[in-house]
Amino acid sequence: MQQLLEGEKELIIEKVGEILGKHGSDRENLIPILQEVQDSLGYLPGLSMEIIAEAMDIPSVDVFGLTTFYNQFRLNPPGKHQIKICMGTACYMVGGRIALESFERHLKIGEGETTSDRKYSLETVACVGCCAIAPVVVVNEDIEGKVTPTRVDGLMLAFEADEQEEEQKEAEENEEKGD
Amino acid sequence: MGQASTELYEKIKAAATEKITALKQKPVVLVGMATCGKAAGAEKVREAFKKEIESHGLEAQVIDVGCMGHCYAEPLAIIAKPGHTPLCYGYVDEELAKRLVIDFLVNDDPCYEFAMVALETNDVFPTFSDFPRGVYEQKMILEHCGFIDPEDIDHYIDKDGYAALAKILTLEPEEVLEEVKSANLRGRGGAGFPAGTKWEACRKQKEPVKYVICNGDEGDPGAFMDRSILESNPHQVIEGLIISAYAIGATEGYFYIRAEYPQAIRTIRTALEQAREKGFLGKSILGSDFDFEIKVFQGSGAFVCGEGSALVSSMEGKMGIPRPRPPRLTTSGFRGKPTVVNNVKTFCYVPLIMKNGADWFKSTGTPGSPGTAVFTLVGKITNSGLVEVPMGTTLRQLIYDVGEGIPDEKEFKAVQIGGPSGGCLPESALDVPIDFDSLEEAGAMMGSGGLVVLNEDDCMVGIARYFLEFVQKESCGKCTFCRLGTKHMLEILNDITQGKEKDLASLDLLRELAEDIKAGSLCNLGKTAPNPVLTTLRYFWDEYIVHITEGRCPALMCKDLIVYYIAPELCSKLCNVCVGSCPTEAIYTREDGLKAIDQEKCVKCDNCLKTCPPQYNAVIKLSPPEMLKEKEGGSAK
Repeated sequence: MQQLLEGEKELIIEKVGEILGKHGSDRENLIPILQEVQDSLGYLPGLSMEIIAEAMDIPSVDVFGLTTFYNQFRLNPPGKHQIKICMGTACYMVGGRIALESFERHLKIGEGETTSDRKYSLETVACVGCCAIAPVVVVNEDIEGKVTPTRVDGLMLAFEADEQEEEQKEAEENEEKGD
Repeated sequence: MGQASTELYEKIKAAATEKITALKQKPVVLVGMATCGKAAGAEKVREAFKKEIESHGLEAQVIDVGCMGHCYAEPLAIIAKPGHTPLCYGYVDEELAKRLVIDFLVNDDPCYEFAMVALETNDVFPTFSDFPRGVYEQKMILEHCGFIDPEDIDHYIDKDGYAALAKILTLEPEEVLEEVKSANLRGRGGAGFPAGTKWEACRKQKEPVKYVICNGDEGDPGAFMDRSILESNPHQVIEGLIISAYAIGATEGYFYIRAEYPQAIRTIRTALEQAREKGFLGKSILGSDFDFEIKVFQGSGAFVCGEGSALVSSMEGKMGIPRPRPPRLTTSGFRGKPTVVNNVKTFCYVPLIMKNGADWFKSTGTPGSPGTAVFTLVGKITNSGLVEVPMGTTLRQLIYDVGEGIPDEKEFKAVQIGGPSGGCLPESALDVPIDFDSLEEAGAMMGSGGLVVLNEDDCMVGIARYFLEFVQKESCGKCTFCRLGTKHMLEILNDITQGKEKDLASLDLLRELAEDIKAGSLCNLGKTAPNPVLTTLRYFWDEYIVHITEGRCPALMCKDLIVYYIAPELCSKLCNVCVGSCPTEAIYTREDGLKAIDQEKCVKCDNCLKTCPPQYNAVIKLSPPEMLKEKEGGSAK
């Protein structure tokens, strides 16, 4: 599991507390609670599962078992840019794996992992239901159709350009503040 | 009291019709904004329409609709201008949107050159029924999908929506049950269990608290009809759910929708809100003494949760693991109470059956499987999308007439039907009529309706391996045979596709394991998991043999059994496209100007083959990899 960032522990305690307050400690609410925590924090840190288990008075292994059983739950923090590669039948047939390998080559991480700077995360999904434009890659919320290694190069270049622009802006803002 | 519901409904209907009629006085642009449309860029198209309409100061409305099934031509837009036949345009981009506003809305020229189809019979332009697809297609539950605004209940009411609900509230629950039973409505989730029988079993239970659950956990890869229906016509499903609750005597209903479908969840939530406002949900529905509430439960991504008892267990906050039956869910389901779980499509038919009668329903389809079947046509097919045909239509008609065949002049090889639980059927099985029983005889299964067409470039061993990998990952682990047996089968298939398996006896072992898994698994995930392997062994035996004895993949798909090679006699020397396209810099220029591939660096991404200009087509795949030596040896001479 990845290291918590500075101040992340306090954030987890606060958010999970809020969400637990909203729902009862009824076992039926466990999945909705976990979903909401993931929505709010982006993933399920180990600490959050421990807090939830304690509040619901169930062994933490029950919570952990649940989060590893269901594909939706993420135990690694998501990257700033989330890349999901569709591995549905139609996508697989026309090169979903090729798209996945291209991203893996670029980012030097495997499926289900996040880069150490937390900029990119890579996942596969079963089927996003856009089979007509396979192979499909979901980048953040946008769906990219007919993805080839060349398109992957293009997407990565666009990300890098965006990052640079942002960095530049930040630097400029800092400069202004400095003045 | 009984009559009150119809009177109340008539009032609601009149108001809705008035609103829609007023809307139609002005030009209306409908843009297909289901997930599939958005993926193709419909959002930009909608904004372009809006901007252009505004800049011309026109009084025209742009409305988001769902998916009408012609996914291959997305983004789609329908323009209905008073005085003109409503026309549907395919492959719309921002430029075309602008042009349509100027030419059609401002200047009265419908731009027939860009139109795909007319929605009403006219003298100028063909309608759906003039195309081969229209001849075979018969829309029951998809009739309004893509033509009404899913976010506005009045659109549905204007199409007689909720009329069936108003009608059944004047009947006794038993009468409703009898009608559904007599219609022989079979569950559309895949197994085809008669819905009426299930409902009756639940109704008979003495327990006063009963639940009815709509199963929207559509997990089959390559199937998206439930998503499409939930996004395009949510009220039809809701109405079906309310009617079934009335017939069963249920007090509470749930939508179980998988997490991967956020838009469907949003649409259903909005629709439930609106149904409540109109009095179709909640306390004393339409003035009757029937109370019913519906909640939404968001699934969390486990394929096995499509199975009824696993779904219920997941709703109770546990791992979605199936349990042995009896007791059936209709005796002891959600929270231990009698529960009915039906698929999205099953509920969709209910309002139609109640409105038009069981005999109307039975007049379509086959005696054993009445009604229609909804399929997603995907893979190597010209017109991919969502289709609805009467049961009994053959696979050949579906693929060649409705889907217009295989693109790029390739050979048809097989059709994969029913997802990971189904099977691969070859050319010889194409005349099998589509209904629950015939497909099972052929070794496949109706499943939820995903239909993936495969052509000569697809390796059948690879496909079997793909599906097995899927079920192996999704096996919940409860039954030993399913947990370990699928793993063992997968290892054998991995070895075959990687050229490591040299013994033909492994195929017997595959068969044996398949039979054991079928016999030793509790739920249908395990019982059907070996189907893709068994059907490919049955119909494509030769391909397995070639993989094992020659180390060759005839479809040139198994990565470990192929190499990429640039044929010197075809390479132009002057063009550098392949060199630029290679992501790993494996392609270099030889001293004599020809291009060549450094096999050590090549990752077999297929990019060079795709980018090599068609006049050369110099990049070829060789299998088995040993052929490379032969070729290179030859060219060196």
